Amino acid sequence: MNSSNASRWTGLIYVLPALIFVCAFVLYPFGQLIATSLTSRSLLGGGAFVGLANYEKAFNDSAFWTALGFTARYTLFITPILMGLGLLLAFLVLPNRKIRKVVRGVVFLPVVIGLGTSSFLWYWLFDEQVGLFNKTLVDLGVIAHPIVWFNTANMALWAVIISVTWKVVGFGMILFVAAMQSISSEVVEASLIDGTSYLQRATRIFLPLILRTILLVTLISAIGSMLAFEQLYIMTAGGPRGQTLTTVYLIYQNSFINFKLGYGAALSVILTAIILCGTALQLVLTNRRAHQ
Amino acid sequence: MTGTVTTPAHKTPADENRIAGQNNLNGYLVGAIAVFIGALMLAPLVLSFFASIKPSAEASAVPPSYLPHSFSLENYDHVLNFGAGLGTYVGNSLGVAAFTIIFSLVLSVPAGFGLARFNIPYKEVLFVILLTPLMIPYQALLTPLYFMFAKLGLANTLFGLAIVHTILQIPFSVYLMRNAFESVPRELEEAAVIDGCSTFVSFRRVFLPLVFPGMVTVTLFAFIASWNEFLAALIFMNKETSFTVPIMLVSVRIGHFGAVDWGALQAGILISILPCALIYIFLQKYYVSGLLGGAVK
Repeated sequence: MNSSNASRWTGLIYVLPALIFVCAFVLYPFGQLIATSLTSRSLLGGGAFVGLANYEKAFNDSAFWTALGFTARYTLFITPILMGLGLLLAFLVLPNRKIRKVVRGVVFLPVVIGLGTSSFLWYWLFDEQVGLFNKTLVDLGVIAHPIVWFNTANMALWAVIISVTWKVVGFGMILFVAAMQSISSEVVEASLIDGTSYLQRATRIFLPLILRTILLVTLISAIGSMLAFEQLYIMTAGGPRGQTLTTVYLIYQNSFINFKLGYGAALSVILTAIILCGTALQLVLTNRRAHQ
Repeated sequence: MTGTVTTPAHKTPADENRIAGQNNLNGYLVGAIAVFIGALMLAPLVLSFFASIKPSAEASAVPPSYLPHSFSLENYDHVLNFGAGLGTYVGNSLGVAAFTIIFSLVLSVPAGFGLARFNIPYKEVLFVILLTPLMIPYQALLTPLYFMFAKLGLANTLFGLAIVHTILQIPFSVYLMRNAFESVPRELEEAAVIDGCSTFVSFRRVFLPLVFPGMVTVTLFAFIASWNEFLAALIFMNKETSFTVPIMLVSVRIGHFGAVDWGALQAGILISILPCALIYIFLQKYYVSGLLGGAVK
């Protein structure tokens, strides 16, 4: 049935609706985006062709470099934290005991909550007047007075990292647990007979055998962090003085607040190029057929 | 010793600990730490819930308290009657989610079938095209889509926003459905052919029931992603009556007269969390299996 010419075309008919959808709403707008990035288009009109002027402008725009730098710093800080804590939690809840399974579920719960919603929740917890995060730290004697978290870019960065860690750490954990559980128990039993210590087993058996999963989760997390928007829009509004604007936030401001459409499009194309490198790597790692 | 074959069903707690590489004494200690971390993770949600059932004034009191001194549904009442009314916002969110689910299924189930069971010319190229939403972040496409929707009359419509949310779901959904169709044994399909079923009939009668769990997973992910999505909703839904729940929260926080209505914000947060939490708690099996099958396999 599969080899005849007719059925090859039948198969194409099943795929066609999804293909048309992606062409119409992803590839075609992407073409438009590139075209717009080569013009001086704004809300007032002015769609003249300007070549690579918008890209040149981005290259010399300190606001763009600040945003890209902040986004990169955020990604470089939060990714190792997420991976480290995710792995520790995975080891913690690995045994299929009732309590551990419940804890697994609880740690994973924030993953299904919206990032917008969780950012509002933490905006409240971090508030210097009504925030219970501050109150808890004061009550425990960690700090003397409530901290104004969103006054400086540095403290704001850490506040955002804490809140996002709470929201997504369960994602890595659950994938790591699944990867560890797929390691055959004979391998673990054999190492037990060899009299290895727990630390040896963790570092020489579990970690190397789930390396592919670790790499993939690292990539997925890093890509997500490079696209950060909600957590900053809601918690810091880009402040103080635009120091916590991310790349996506800057694109949003240029395109939808200032209506510099040509420039916003150029920034979007640059962002796409950056993300593309990450996802290309992700697809190579994901494609098992290519490896076997 | 472990000379005999132990099936998973016969594993004792001690076995589970040992296979995870932990002995029993450590097991209790690690278990206690696990419980502590679980409590820490739950704390923000519990505190938010407590704040939401305080009277409005108490929820905004300085300094704050962990526990409510008196019980009140005032905050929920505020959210219920906020702006165009909670019903409008929840209705919008549910409408967008429903369209997103329908679009995702209608596009990804046949696509998965086609990719899994036919020798389509340039199959892998087509598959990569379907994965392009992973490579081109939707955040970059919002401007062209905004103007396209304005031309097509889709601005400020549930239908339009659902199209954007479907873009996000296509790669995962197609990938998952392709795997689901691939795991159906050849023999079943051949039997259907011998019985004289046409391709479409065998698709409907033989395959669809077997890939039903995959369809449930696609549905759950589409619902949760759409219900939670923030940026596109913020840009595309700019009339107060077309806000979705996350965008309602933006307005709730701004509040009236410049002061944040903290209690109402907590009530709004909990309302926006509730559907996803319920889905996760009751349909965890489908959700986690989708995550494992779609994200890293």
